[in-house]
Amino acid sequence: MKNEFQVIADLIEKDKKVLDVGCADGTLMKFLKDNKNINIRGLEISKEKVQECIAKGLTVIEGNAEKDLKQFPDKSFDYVVLSQTLQAFLNPELVLNELLRVGKKAIVTIPNFGYWKVRFHLLLKGTMPITKTLPDEWYNTPNLHMCTIKDFFHFVKSRDIKIFKSLALNNVNTSIINESNLGIKNLFADLGIFLIEK
Amino acid sequence: MNTEKNIKTLIIKKPLKLDCGKTIKDFPIAYETYGSLNSKKDNAILVFHALTGDQFVTGINPITNKEGWWSYAVGPDKAIDTNKYFVICSNVIGGCMGSYGPSHKDPDQKIFGTNFPVITINDMVNAQYNLLDHFGIDKLFSITGGSMGGMQVLQFISNFPDKSKTVIPIATTSSHSAQNIAFNELGRQAITADSNWKDGNYTSNETNPGKGLAVARMAAHITYLSKKGLQEKFGRKLQEREDLKFGFDADFQIESYLRYQGSVFVDRFDANSYLYITRAMDYFDLAKQFKGNLSEAFINTNAKFFIISFTSDWLYPTQENKDIVIALNSIGADVGFVEIKSDKGHDSFLLDVPDFLNALKNFLDKSYEEN
Repeated sequence: MKNEFQVIADLIEKDKKVLDVGCADGTLMKFLKDNKNINIRGLEISKEKVQECIAKGLTVIEGNAEKDLKQFPDKSFDYVVLSQTLQAFLNPELVLNELLRVGKKAIVTIPNFGYWKVRFHLLLKGTMPITKTLPDEWYNTPNLHMCTIKDFFHFVKSRDIKIFKSLALNNVNTSIINESNLGIKNLFADLGIFLIEK
Repeated sequence: MNTEKNIKTLIIKKPLKLDCGKTIKDFPIAYETYGSLNSKKDNAILVFHALTGDQFVTGINPITNKEGWWSYAVGPDKAIDTNKYFVICSNVIGGCMGSYGPSHKDPDQKIFGTNFPVITINDMVNAQYNLLDHFGIDKLFSITGGSMGGMQVLQFISNFPDKSKTVIPIATTSSHSAQNIAFNELGRQAITADSNWKDGNYTSNETNPGKGLAVARMAAHITYLSKKGLQEKFGRKLQEREDLKFGFDADFQIESYLRYQGSVFVDRFDANSYLYITRAMDYFDLAKQFKGNLSEAFINTNAKFFIISFTSDWLYPTQENKDIVIALNSIGADVGFVEIKSDKGHDSFLLDVPDFLNALKNFLDKSYEEN
């Protein structure tokens, strides 16, 4: 399991109720179910991935986060997880608000466009950056609204969203992000992980 | 039609009050089983059949000598694996494969015809509930069915919230739409317009409204298929002829196919049963039973739901299946949902659609492992 999922799993206490939005093949869900006795649900848009989840014995709803989160009642999950998908929505703010409505807390991870390799790629090569976390070409990327860790940090603050924990991930190294080291983390982390609440 | 041999029946002694107000008692329920009930009695699956189905789910139907209606899904090593599970299915009341219906005789030994009480989906499941007592099953492992079978699944778990661990409604709805009612009315009108119908008393003079019933079946059959599926299978292909004949014979293969479907149907189905069962479907509105709030129908159950729809099903489209998912999610129920890609229309659940059969198998087997 990728390091990002381990970090997410460490943020969630045992026996909680969790919704994994964009749960893909259910790797994180399975880990949370087996290791932390989590009552876990998934929402996934891809039919193939939904089938993979069913084959793992996971409860998944085929659906689109932009339309289908509204069916869940307020604060009906302890945590709602959204891994590296926020930037792919037409309206990320709407989705973020829905995550925070449905979940008592939300865990959102974002691929960091401020990562030094991304910056260097654009600066030196003059073409759209391709990295491990941003593997697609400009013409086939699902990403519509790329942002940096700094952008996201400022955005949630401006919307009165409370940040419980923000973590910078660079390969296997995890570190805390705060106001004072934001510039450095924004340069050296390829992924930001935020535990938030509204 | 009702060959008594090979039909197992259970006589229900307990009076059953029907939604229409009448009470029936000492009535037969015809059923069939597959696989064996284990000693813990925790491996039973109750399958509900659709409009024209019957209790003969799989293998050769001893009455029609054709494959059972769900042979693709049910059997040894299949999605509903009869090596593992004990499958029970019964003919709905109002039906014509041995359960109490309009072709049965009233206490005065006169065939009911349209004097049979109008029944509902609720009456059907209340009657079938007696099978649990008969087999000594406290809790089913699963209940499942497609189309009208799915309606019975929803009604069953609403009536008996702690009687099944898992619940699998397939290609169904919680409320029959105007379009659904319209198609059923078309079928009923075709039957009642047949001069042999004789207000439902056709059985007394050995004639039956076969033409009307065949037309009803033909019209309904179109609604079970998709436009794309029909086009790919038949297109404008001609039936055993080089060119158009400038007449009203079946020039096109699709015409011949529908005529065949109609003609074989009348050999195995009773016209009055068709009227009664379509009426039960039309009356089905689960939300209405709970003052318009569908979620209330499921508020008392902890069962695990898995809802399946098909992309090309325009009779019970994905949105109507999703409405059930939404009602369940709004009360925090354990519900999974998948829409299967298929060009085979509403009939997809009866056919060899591997994505559907795999999903069904995986859901059942994984849920059973967790038992």
